[in-house]
Amino acid sequence: MNSAMILQFLLTGLTNGILYAMVAFGFNIIFSATEIFNFAQGEFVMLGGLLAITFNQILQLPMIVSLLAAVLIVALIGGLIEKLAISPVATASFVTLIIITFGVAIFLRGAAMFAWGKNPYALPAFSGEKPISIFGAVITSQILWIFGIAIVLFGILTFFFTKTIYGKAMLACNYNRDVARLMGIPAKRMVTFSFILSGALGALGGVIIAPISMMFYGQGLMIGIKGFVAAGVGGIGSPTGALVGGLILGVAEAFGAGFISSGYKDAISMIILILVLCFKPTGLFRIGAE
Amino acid sequence: MRRKDLIVVILLSVIIFVVPSLVKNNYYISILVFFGINTTMAIGLCLLLGYSGQISLAHAGFFGIGAYSSGILTVKFGLPPLLGVAVGIVLTFMVALTIGIPTLRLRGHYLAMATLCAGEVMFICFKEIDSLTGGPSGLPGIPPFGIGNLVLTKPIQYYYLAWILALGILCFSLNLANTRVGRALLSFRYKPLGSEEGALSVGINVVQYRIKIFVLSTLFCTLAGNVYAHFMSFISPENFDMHFSTLLIIMIVVGGMGSIWGAVWGAGVMTYLPELLMAFKDFDILIYGIILIGILVFMPEGMYGCLRQSLRRFVVKH
Repeated sequence: MNSAMILQFLLTGLTNGILYAMVAFGFNIIFSATEIFNFAQGEFVMLGGLLAITFNQILQLPMIVSLLAAVLIVALIGGLIEKLAISPVATASFVTLIIITFGVAIFLRGAAMFAWGKNPYALPAFSGEKPISIFGAVITSQILWIFGIAIVLFGILTFFFTKTIYGKAMLACNYNRDVARLMGIPAKRMVTFSFILSGALGALGGVIIAPISMMFYGQGLMIGIKGFVAAGVGGIGSPTGALVGGLILGVAEAFGAGFISSGYKDAISMIILILVLCFKPTGLFRIGAE
Repeated sequence: MRRKDLIVVILLSVIIFVVPSLVKNNYYISILVFFGINTTMAIGLCLLLGYSGQISLAHAGFFGIGAYSSGILTVKFGLPPLLGVAVGIVLTFMVALTIGIPTLRLRGHYLAMATLCAGEVMFICFKEIDSLTGGPSGLPGIPPFGIGNLVLTKPIQYYYLAWILALGILCFSLNLANTRVGRALLSFRYKPLGSEEGALSVGINVVQYRIKIFVLSTLFCTLAGNVYAHFMSFISPENFDMHFSTLLIIMIVVGGMGSIWGAVWGAGVMTYLPELLMAFKDFDILIYGIILIGILVFMPEGMYGCLRQSLRRFVVKH
């Protein structure tokens, strides 16, 4: 075991961690607005990746156009889901709502299998496939893109939630929906908007990860679970928590797979969450009780 | 048990014992065996979720513990099936307490996450302890269930076994629902149906009740797992993954969470639906998703709950 290998594990872990963090962020946005877990979050990632591949490879559109188109379409799908499946039963119990999002996930998976078949597809890297070597660890240039986009994205989201009136309104709905409505915030519109935003985030995660990990119709479930676990570790509803939770999970998994066994790597993240929930039930970064 | 429930139970028993004389096809009998097995588990989960308001995404794992206890003890050690059942019960009891005591203090979403993780850990164990479980490729050659000279080999015998178990658990649960324990469980359901603070204030030991009902519902799953392993004679980890835990919750949500009859109804619908959709080949999951969303959007109280409501409205009107 040398330092190059450790660096390699760390970089792989951080890359996966960023994807988990983006999914966790999507979970948080919808949870903040509606108090439900959207089990279709992983499906947004899968759809984003596959749509970008179709636009780029089959329609031969430039990468940036494919990326934006994929994100836009999935954002639209997110909004449609809210309008058609969630908003008509907004008063039902949370279990019913969770199962509805699960039904949506099954539907999207089925639709993706119908559209793309069962084969996995890959997107070419944004700037060539040439590997880069840093301190003995070999990485693809795509990893730099992923880090770069993630940093910019989290900057934008932090700005959005703390500085813009729309973002603050969403946070207000999270703290207390009834009071937010009394202050004139259209809570219902915020819910729709949260699905749109979370669809866009998931899709973006899918597009940037597609060059290093093959995309196929059934991938969403596991990604969704990991994002869900990351959100739990960090603390549901906390943006910093989503980022830290995702990164902890990604790195722990990479080292677990490297040092223990790849079969047990999924168990490691699950056990981390169980421990976090036992000792700090609100997650690492959630302030106050639920 | 209330008289209304008793009448329906008797009716159901009569139907169950008449059906085999009408249905001779082994394929249909197998579906009915699965219906019985799923009913057993759905009733357990209904007591947990519908009555005490605790969600669990780990129940497929306990189903797996039952199935693997039966499978491993009979295949690897050549012990009698009844011993597998006993070991399954003891193991489940221990695992359920280990999971339940720390996690059942959590509420709603946090409990969903903790149990999801616990279920995944069990699933990974089934997959990775391959010297015992056979790993991802599964455990074949499980002998039929039997006590002494009585060995169950035909699907129709498993049909009776599965349904006698299901009926027993149904009667037990219907009784439980109308006792002090059942009413106590109802008192601390999630808001607005119940209130934990309210329950505590009248002296109900909420945490203890939660753990007890959790363990009870996992025991139902283990028994179902025992029957399943001997009936299928082959088990593999993906029968016991998170999908199946979710499917169990789907059953009671589709049926109607508030009532044990809803769980029976939901188990029937969700067992039969995939078989019905097989005609659509690759479209099946697409249509399955649409049907699931449709049922819940138009009947958020579940199919049984909706039926009961419209019946009541009809009675009031006339």
